[in-house]
Amino acid sequence: MTHPQDVPQRWDRKMQQRLARGEAAALGELYDRHASLVYGLAHRVLGDEEAADQITADVFAYLWQHPDAYDPRTEPLRAWLARIAHKRAVRRLRWDEINDQKERGVTPTPQQEAASEERIQALAADARADYIVQSMPAPLRAALELAYFRRRDYRQTAVELGITEAEARRRLRLGLQLLSTAGRMPDGRPA
Amino acid sequence: MSMGPYDHALLQSLLGAWALAACSPEETAAVEAHLTDCGTCAEEALRLRDAVTMLHPQEGLDLAPTLRARVLDFARLRRRPQVPVPGWAAAYDAETARLDALLEDMGESEWAAPVTLTWYDGDATATRETSVAGVIGHLVAVDGLPALALGLPDPLRLGGGPPGAPLTSPVERTEAIWKQAGSEHRVQQALTPEMRRRHAGTVRGVWRDQNYQLIRRASYGAATVADLNVPYGPGLALPMRDAYADRAFETWVHASDIADAVAYPYDDPEPRHLHRLIDLAVRLLPGALADRRRAGRADPPAELLPAGEEGRSLHLEIEGEGGGDWFIPLDSPAAAASRKGEVAHVALEAAEFCRIAAGHRAPEEAAAGSDGDRRAVREVLYAAASLSRL
Repeated sequence: MTHPQDVPQRWDRKMQQRLARGEAAALGELYDRHASLVYGLAHRVLGDEEAADQITADVFAYLWQHPDAYDPRTEPLRAWLARIAHKRAVRRLRWDEINDQKERGVTPTPQQEAASEERIQALAADARADYIVQSMPAPLRAALELAYFRRRDYRQTAVELGITEAEARRRLRLGLQLLSTAGRMPDGRPA
Repeated sequence: MSMGPYDHALLQSLLGAWALAACSPEETAAVEAHLTDCGTCAEEALRLRDAVTMLHPQEGLDLAPTLRARVLDFARLRRRPQVPVPGWAAAYDAETARLDALLEDMGESEWAAPVTLTWYDGDATATRETSVAGVIGHLVAVDGLPALALGLPDPLRLGGGPPGAPLTSPVERTEAIWKQAGSEHRVQQALTPEMRRRHAGTVRGVWRDQNYQLIRRASYGAATVADLNVPYGPGLALPMRDAYADRAFETWVHASDIADAVAYPYDDPEPRHLHRLIDLAVRLLPGALADRRRAGRADPPAELLPAGEEGRSLHLEIEGEGGGDWFIPLDSPAAAASRKGEVAHVALEAAEFCRIAAGHRAPEEAAAGSDGDRRAVREVLYAAASLSRL
């Protein structure tokens, strides 16, 4: 997955140091900046407020307890948090599914198991897609928003953004190319 | 086969627009014809069309306002902070975060809403109309008082500004920042929505930075700064811990002013914080009562008692979570007060008491149950209202 270049790396590094020092005020600032991202991803996967609240608490508590688990040199904090939140939400979804089957006393057929796995993968990909849209460079996002949500053709998109038609075509194609990686795991394997 | 004016490179560049149905009919036909005999483009076209199905409107979720406290408490149970936010700064931390979340949830057009500030001046309600940005500017200006006492930069001097001693009266500071920033509702109305949003964004950024600085200083300074004196205008000062409670109270009051202006719900502070805010207001009451007497707005006390001596008292019972019982000395600010000298009893809800102290409820209209010395009841409620200011 590509990372936007406008990530404030200095902020991430300082935040990590402050968390490592055990500064409670830093935890509050971290929440203020990133809670809606973490919560939004968890909510997209789980579709439930209480479960999303719990994942949010887990993710922030995890970083607070293990500030060294995040290395500011390898990726932006935002991406790291998104990854952890996503992983935990999907794990929770699987767990809920298994528990649900246990409670109902059913043993799923291989077909049912495959269908349930497919549903989980689809929800996981949706959440990844959301994250990609949110974190793609703003010019790409703006072009996609005009063309998809506001039904502009690429020529109108070019006029509204004050760019050439060729640039509008390029942005729409690149934006979708980024988005198409959502179905894959970060290392390129299909999900 | 003729591709007309279309070559492979152009058709390939159209794939994103094609997948989004954002091409002309002629271009669409040309792309689709091309896909039947170009494998690379066909493969990409399929992939991009799948990607389109993953676009959906952002849900615009509003996080529960109580989630922040729950998440932070949960984390702090798992690992004790080496540098905690001291108890006296916790309400300020929580209230500034709540206001920031309200600003985040507000729609762009709502930044244009006129906000009415209300306080009690002497014996009548005073009002002043400003913008959302004006309210935030007011908070920046007065939060600047504890900031100055902690050696942080004066937000009134961000653009350089004239040399000389910093202003210390909350009202003067507010007028100065409004003049500097052009936050008056009238001025704001004259701006384009884009400029208004930018102005508000800037003011909000300055405010939030200062909040964070104040919370950090309190955390690292804790015991050594808690009792520092914060000048609050001529003849007035509060110890740092009380200044933070005062700022938390004002942040809450003005956040509800903004919420009212844009018709958003806004809750009361958490009980543990509410209690601290009420306690500060109650401790300021004897002084406020003495001020009103000096100004001829309240009758002189029956007798002036030497400091520490037990005199008449009013029993203030604040109901609900965060409330409690307080005894207010009626004869002189320094006198001791307890149940023994009780001559009057007032009972009211925590939120109602705060509305009076904020100047949002006229004392004579307060929903308060009382018995005993009616004059004492009246004087204490008016003294509470006189704690409010612009």
